[in-house]
Amino acid sequence: MNEPRIVFDNVSRFYGEVLGVNRVNLSILPGVTSLVGPNGSGKTTLMNLMTGLIRPTRGEIRVLGLSLERPEEVFRKVGYCTQFDAFPKGLTGYEFIYSFLLVHGMIASEAHKLTMQALDRVSMTAAGDRLVAAYSKGMRQRIKLAQAMAHGPRVLVLDEPLNGLDPMARAETIALFQQWGGEGRHVIVSSHVLHEVDRISDQVILLSHGYVVAEGQIQGVRSEVKDQPMQILVRCDRPGMLAARLFERDHVVEAKVHADGKGVLVRTRDADSLYLLLNRIVMDSGLEVEAVAPADDDVNSVYQYLIGPEGGAA
Amino acid sequence: MNWSRITAMPWMLWRRQVAAILRLELKKSLFSKRAWWIYILTLGPVLLTGLHSLLGRSSGHTLAEDNMIFAGIFQLYFLRLGIFFGCVGIFSNLFRAEVLERTLHYYFLVPVRREVLAVSKYMAGLIAAVVFFGGSAVLSFLFMSMHWGPLFQEYLLRGPGLAQMGWYALTATLACVGYGAVFLLTGVLFRNPMIPAAVVMVWENLNPFLPSLLKKFSVIFYLKSLCHVDIPLDGPLAVIAVVTEPTPAWLAILGLLVVSALVLGYAAMQARKLEVSYSE
Repeated sequence: MNEPRIVFDNVSRFYGEVLGVNRVNLSILPGVTSLVGPNGSGKTTLMNLMTGLIRPTRGEIRVLGLSLERPEEVFRKVGYCTQFDAFPKGLTGYEFIYSFLLVHGMIASEAHKLTMQALDRVSMTAAGDRLVAAYSKGMRQRIKLAQAMAHGPRVLVLDEPLNGLDPMARAETIALFQQWGGEGRHVIVSSHVLHEVDRISDQVILLSHGYVVAEGQIQGVRSEVKDQPMQILVRCDRPGMLAARLFERDHVVEAKVHADGKGVLVRTRDADSLYLLLNRIVMDSGLEVEAVAPADDDVNSVYQYLIGPEGGAA
Repeated sequence: MNWSRITAMPWMLWRRQVAAILRLELKKSLFSKRAWWIYILTLGPVLLTGLHSLLGRSSGHTLAEDNMIFAGIFQLYFLRLGIFFGCVGIFSNLFRAEVLERTLHYYFLVPVRREVLAVSKYMAGLIAAVVFFGGSAVLSFLFMSMHWGPLFQEYLLRGPGLAQMGWYALTATLACVGYGAVFLLTGVLFRNPMIPAAVVMVWENLNPFLPSLLKKFSVIFYLKSLCHVDIPLDGPLAVIAVVTEPTPAWLAILGLLVVSALVLGYAAMQARKLEVSYSE
């Protein structure tokens, strides 16, 4: 019963003939764990399985040693902030959290105390007496987060929790996740934006088409990515000339004029050298550079590096 | 299961959880835009009998005839249509509406036994249904003969009127108990409640023609035995009114409660298998 892990033992889930996740074996330790993958990769399926909202077609899942067949035990220790932007009608933010704490079986005074703490945790105390239906998207996201955390779960599962949050709320929320992870709780966060989660994660699980394609410490996964050439898009007034100049260099693997004819797409093994070279070309030739931006810092590119352009499991 | 296991169960926790779920569910069951047609089913007979009360004095009929007409309204409208379809609307939607509104997961993510959740939702639906249809039956009964003034008061307070009204209220309540359990189950098992509702309706109407054993697996079989006033119907409609196997009232009540408890128990067990998958 004191097993501190979340364990997936050869878990598969199919929706009819459609694959949700397949042959997943995981052992998730406390700390912040990020599930990363594009839409449809199986992140939400994995989270729904982890919280018993759906059952595995095959395999077994245990959360802190507990079977998900007994929700009355599991959900004292688990909180889940889903992606669904829907709420019971006619409730204020306070009532939303308070009512479900009562459904936990808490007495009124305890539920009130925890509700106030939860509202305070997400800076929503002042808005607690307003109807949830009148909240902005960011506020709805925060009240869902507060509700998932209100009973102090050991395992907090969060599906795209930063969606709709303004930069200030994002920073506060990330700090909250780090604090909870640091306290020895499991904080499982899903995201399709890699750079968003690599700041906060102790470990990442990369998913593609229902398969786990990489897992482990974030540095390890990133180093795999760093072995690959980076793609950089340079927007400029003379792309033909720039491509010719860049291609002379060893670290440049590929330089081609962009399809719209207004820039060059460069693949390089050394981004820092490329930036220095670009400065020199600008000085020498008077090239007008409009923008320079990485073209492959999204998770789709990471997949391509890790598992090839087909995106299938290795 | 022995007594010590029963007493060891967390009854206090379940009582608190039932109260908390009732608190959330009652508002939804009683006041909902989705339930507009249930309000019409409830208010229809009240308005009609109210109208009758206003116009009744000049129509030259008797109090006994009014009672007979009300018995007909109760058996043909309340039991066969109003309560039946009202319960389809209320109980089928206890889980189904939450799937449509994408809010069921909030219940599934709290540490409450699914059986406790199902029973609590059923209780909320039952309270709403009894308020609607028990209230409607009582008000309709009163409005039907109110225009008789002192004669009706005498009939109600010193004659059999109050007892009759009590039986109507009890029968309406038991109809909600029975149909409520059936339609909670169909709401848990099926996505579209209208198809199983149609099947149940056919089954209920076939009751007079079923073998004796199968008759007992229907709600109307027990309810008919609780209707003490025979309504004189001719032709095919007579099948609706006739009681083919008269059963003592206590046995009918007990039988209905047992059948309802079995159906509710099965629905609660099925609720344990429910998954949240709104997009499917």
